[in-house]
Amino acid sequence: MSLAKSPWIIHVNCNSCNGCDIEVVACLTPLYDAERFGLLNIGTPKQADIMVVTGSVNYKSVNVLKNIYNQIPDPKVVLAVGACASTGGIFHDCYNVIGGVDQIIPVDAYVPGCCPKPEAIIDGVVAALSILENKKKGNIRGKEVKLKGKEVASNA
Amino acid sequence: MTTIIPFGPQHPVLPEPVSLKLEIDNDVVVGVLPSLGYVHRGLEKFIDTKDYNQTLYICERICGICSALHGVTYARAVEKLFDVEVPERAQYLRVIWGELNRIHSHLLWLGLFADGFGFESLFYECWKYRESVLDIMEMTVGNRVIHSMAKVGGTSKDLSKEHIDLILKTLDTLEPKIKDIEKVFVNNYTVKKRLVGLATMSKQLAYEAGTAGPTLRGSGNAIDVRETEDWDIYRDLDFKPVVEKDGDCYARTKVRIGELYESIKLVRNAISKLPNGEIAVPIKGSPTGEAIMRCEMPRGEVVYYVKGKGTKNLERLKIRTPTFANIPSLLLTLPGAKLADVPIIVLTIDPCISCTER
Ligand code: SF4
Repeated sequence: MSLAKSPWIIHVNCNSCNGCDIEVVACLTPLYDAERFGLLNIGTPKQADIMVVTGSVNYKSVNVLKNIYNQIPDPKVVLAVGACASTGGIFHDCYNVIGGVDQIIPVDAYVPGCCPKPEAIIDGVVAALSILENKKKGNIRGKEVKLKGKEVASNA
Repeated sequence: MTTIIPFGPQHPVLPEPVSLKLEIDNDVVVGVLPSLGYVHRGLEKFIDTKDYNQTLYICERICGICSALHGVTYARAVEKLFDVEVPERAQYLRVIWGELNRIHSHLLWLGLFADGFGFESLFYECWKYRESVLDIMEMTVGNRVIHSMAKVGGTSKDLSKEHIDLILKTLDTLEPKIKDIEKVFVNNYTVKKRLVGLATMSKQLAYEAGTAGPTLRGSGNAIDVRETEDWDIYRDLDFKPVVEKDGDCYARTKVRIGELYESIKLVRNAISKLPNGEIAVPIKGSPTGEAIMRCEMPRGEVVYYVKGKGTKNLERLKIRTPTFANIPSLLLTLPGAKLADVPIIVLTIDPCISCTER
């Protein structure tokens, strides 16, 4: 229970246009005040429970994404915010875009919209909370995502 | 002996991934190597497959913070190819939404900047007031961040009487709030202690490094595309560029605060002069030829180059964004700074990486 009352989130900007990012930050500011759910935005993955990803994945950010995902301790939940993170969105055809976040790491909840409203993002986080609680009960672990050796050291 | 410390791509003060390799000697930065590309999507190539109307929506998603002005600049560039005159009302509407966009962007930056030097309550304050501008946006164009109000040939939305009343009322309440924030940024002892004299650029240096926007004007260069470019509207609206002489982080902050007032004034003047009439002209045919269009974004001057080849889709779209012009100034100001000041100096150019890398 304690985990779901005070989850810490890490926000990862993968390849986004900033639209979704500023809405994620707006959730934490006084008007929407996601902190009333006990959420705390935190800079380091090692202390986070929920990973909020905005933007699609490109060939350079893919290893950053994997690296951060692997560092988050279990149980962990991944929330894809925005059309880009869910499917690649308007940019899915671009040559440097691999696609949605779920092509790389397992995603537990999606928030649609370009960009989603803060209300929708908070809704997504609340949905993520129950998933987190279930994972904890079932002792479900996230799979380690393989990194491609060398690139990791130089990129992330 | 020097040590290399990586700054980014995932860093608590950076909302966006950019990576700087800092060469450190005893807490002092001696060299900087930026590494870009984490947000590169390849939009300039992507437009090959889209027609010129669809491209506008892509341009708006280059950056979610200044999306309105990206759309307007693209539309103006394509209108130049077609050689059409946009109705006067549409031009005024573009200015109104564009300046509201600037207000939200500057408040956002002031907040992030305050967070950058650890003043969290000030961050919350700025973002709280920013919400009132986003409320206007939601009411008038239907979305908070990506506005899609410009279209080639005019605007796709119009302002009604109630909208105008709402805008004026909101600005009346916003202005005193900005005065409150200004007091803290300008007078607070700790804020001044952090910012005054940090990363100073002389007038000459800022000019020669090719910086743009508040970074350029903070060093005493009175260069603002709103004044120099032939977009006549701004001349009717009694616009004056905001300039500070000192060239340090403090001066750049003051420029942005000054621009908030300037933008509020512009919106009010534009509303008082808003003519009646059409908001868009129909456009037929396919673009040919080339055109260049410039516009003053919240972060500085953006340049759009478009080239048509007689088909529905453009042959080439090239964008020079303000942050691209401002990054070289980091390479000049960071060496010699303390490691602890690096986040502040990086934030002070108001970096928009998704614009730069597209
Ligand atoms: S979903 Fe839309 S607003 Fe969000 S990052 Fe993608 S383009 Fe930007």
